[in-house]
Amino acid sequence: MQSFRSPHVNSPGKAPTGITGFDDITGGGLPRGRTTLLVGGPGSGKTVLALQFLAHGARACKEPGIFVAFEETSKRIVANAESFGWKLPELRRKKLFFMDAQPAPDLVQSGDFDLSGMLAALGVKAREIGARRIVFDALDVVLALLPDLAAERREIYRLHEWLLARELTGIITLKSGADETSSISQQPFGFMQFMVDCAVILNHSVVLGVSQRSLRVQKYRGSSFDENESPFLIGESGFEVAVARTPGRVDAKVSNERVSSGVERLDTMLGGGYYRGASVLITGFSGTAKTTLSGAFAEAACRRGERTLFVSFDSDGAEVIRNLASVGIRLDRYVKNGCLRMISARTIAGSAETFLVRIKTLAREHGARCVAIDPVSAWSKSGNELTARSVAERLIDWSKANDTTLVCTSLLDEMSSQSEGGSSLQISKIADTWIHLNYLVQAGERNRGLSIVKSRGTAHSNQVRELILSDAGVTLADAYTAGGEVLMGALRWEKERADRVATEVSEVAGKLKRVRLDAEEAELEVRLKSLQTELVAKQVEKALLVRTTQSDAGELSRGRTRMEELRGADAAIPGADVKSP
Amino acid sequence: MSRRALFKFRLYVAGDALNSAQALANLTALCRTHLQDRHEIEVVDVFREPQRALENGIFMTPTLDKLAPSPVRRIVGTLSQTQPVLQALGLESFAP
Repeated sequence: MQSFRSPHVNSPGKAPTGITGFDDITGGGLPRGRTTLLVGGPGSGKTVLALQFLAHGARACKEPGIFVAFEETSKRIVANAESFGWKLPELRRKKLFFMDAQPAPDLVQSGDFDLSGMLAALGVKAREIGARRIVFDALDVVLALLPDLAAERREIYRLHEWLLARELTGIITLKSGADETSSISQQPFGFMQFMVDCAVILNHSVVLGVSQRSLRVQKYRGSSFDENESPFLIGESGFEVAVARTPGRVDAKVSNERVSSGVERLDTMLGGGYYRGASVLITGFSGTAKTTLSGAFAEAACRRGERTLFVSFDSDGAEVIRNLASVGIRLDRYVKNGCLRMISARTIAGSAETFLVRIKTLAREHGARCVAIDPVSAWSKSGNELTARSVAERLIDWSKANDTTLVCTSLLDEMSSQSEGGSSLQISKIADTWIHLNYLVQAGERNRGLSIVKSRGTAHSNQVRELILSDAGVTLADAYTAGGEVLMGALRWEKERADRVATEVSEVAGKLKRVRLDAEEAELEVRLKSLQTELVAKQVEKALLVRTTQSDAGELSRGRTRMEELRGADAAIPGADVKSP
Repeated sequence: MSRRALFKFRLYVAGDALNSAQALANLTALCRTHLQDRHEIEVVDVFREPQRALENGIFMTPTLDKLAPSPVRRIVGTLSQTQPVLQALGLESFAP
């Protein structure tokens, strides 16, 4: 889990353990040159943690180590750790030394003894390989042989002094009884806890029939640390400590890229789709098409050519594919070309922690950019709900850190339905987008309604839409509201039809009116034309009249002049009546 | 076991630590009492010869190895409790 590697790996005062999450809790690892006490019950993982610390030091930090085995033989320890892939036999040649210090079963003991012999031998070996790390596994085995408490204390002091003098980073593991809280305060462990610089307690308990491992750093001198109990898992490559992202970490990438939800109208409602790297929660009762929506998302991702992981807790992968094919979501071809990986998580047994680790591993193996989990609420069934919730939180943290777009569905039970979808895992608080699906029972029908409860950073529609599944695919329809009620299904269809009829009627009426107006317009135009013609005629008539009058007058005057010429009369008195025109 | 067999001992001690000195004293006394003239004691100081301690798997001091006669036995501690030591060494019958 490269992306989860702590930023404090190179802190000078700390020896990194290489354990996912543990270095985060301790701010970089165990105290360098100091002693750490590791206490835990049987099978709590003390040896694995200690061995992983050594293997990481030898392989990645150039810090050779020594493992002193008081209980199991080194041969068996190496064989047991083989499955983790730490390549111990290879490291053993130069950088890792195993010392078998199991007391022989037929050992006779008489009187007091001490551990000087072992320390002298270890001193030689430590110098020889340049050891920087050392583990004393199950020191209690040898302490039990000492005759009294004083002797035990003396040897613990001797060991501690020896470690400090050589500046070795040491782990001492001790068994605690079944009841962890009482026995660790007993001697000599209690006393040892005061002496060492760091104490880590491993716990293995069974809650409601589900095994849960957890780890707690009890003290760490000179360093801050996460004081809470953190669940852990012994996975395929060793320890994995589950740790919620600390506030100081801001390495999550924030993207503005949108990815399609697989339903076109839902994308529109979300203002373009989900954000890349967002966590989407789809809540609803059984049968509200949660799986269908996550399937649509997976199909859309595959269509873009992005590798996708689909984890189904409800049914088998093949069943999901068949069922989704009935609503036009065809995933089989993407499974065939390797783009999509279907996981049926019914086969994974274990706590929520196990699920998370498996999913992370599968996603990493597959190189998934999109992950759909259907439903995450299955987690709260196995093991206690508190853990499941923190697991869900870490799942979201993980997906953000990896820029993986995550779609989770969550089944609501009848109880929580009353508050409209308080998801049982409370992921709704940290999810980026929350889509709620609901049934609306009305007029003898049960219809699916979809609404976006929240969507951070994206504009989103406030409307409840009807989700329609058909063999052609998934789509959303506007829901009608009438008289304060949302209409869906047949009622919506009726309303739609009524609206269609009304529209037609008004369209026809409009057309009619237009025709009538056209006619009136035409009539007016005709009238206008005839009037204009009439006007022209009148004007002509008038002009003619004027002309006639002038010529009459001219004629008259000319006639008079002529007459006067003829009469030889005086021209000084031309007619006063010739004033016109 | 032959009554006349030679007993070979190797005692691992840690320098001049008190319990190591006690072990040597106890062993010497025991041999004087029960194995007069038929014992050999080799003393190995793990501080001076840690390699030998490593090779022989000595992680507690003092440690006494009875190398001969067989069977080989290992006794850890100051050897202060005589009875269990004699028992382990097969010398029980000589006990007073």
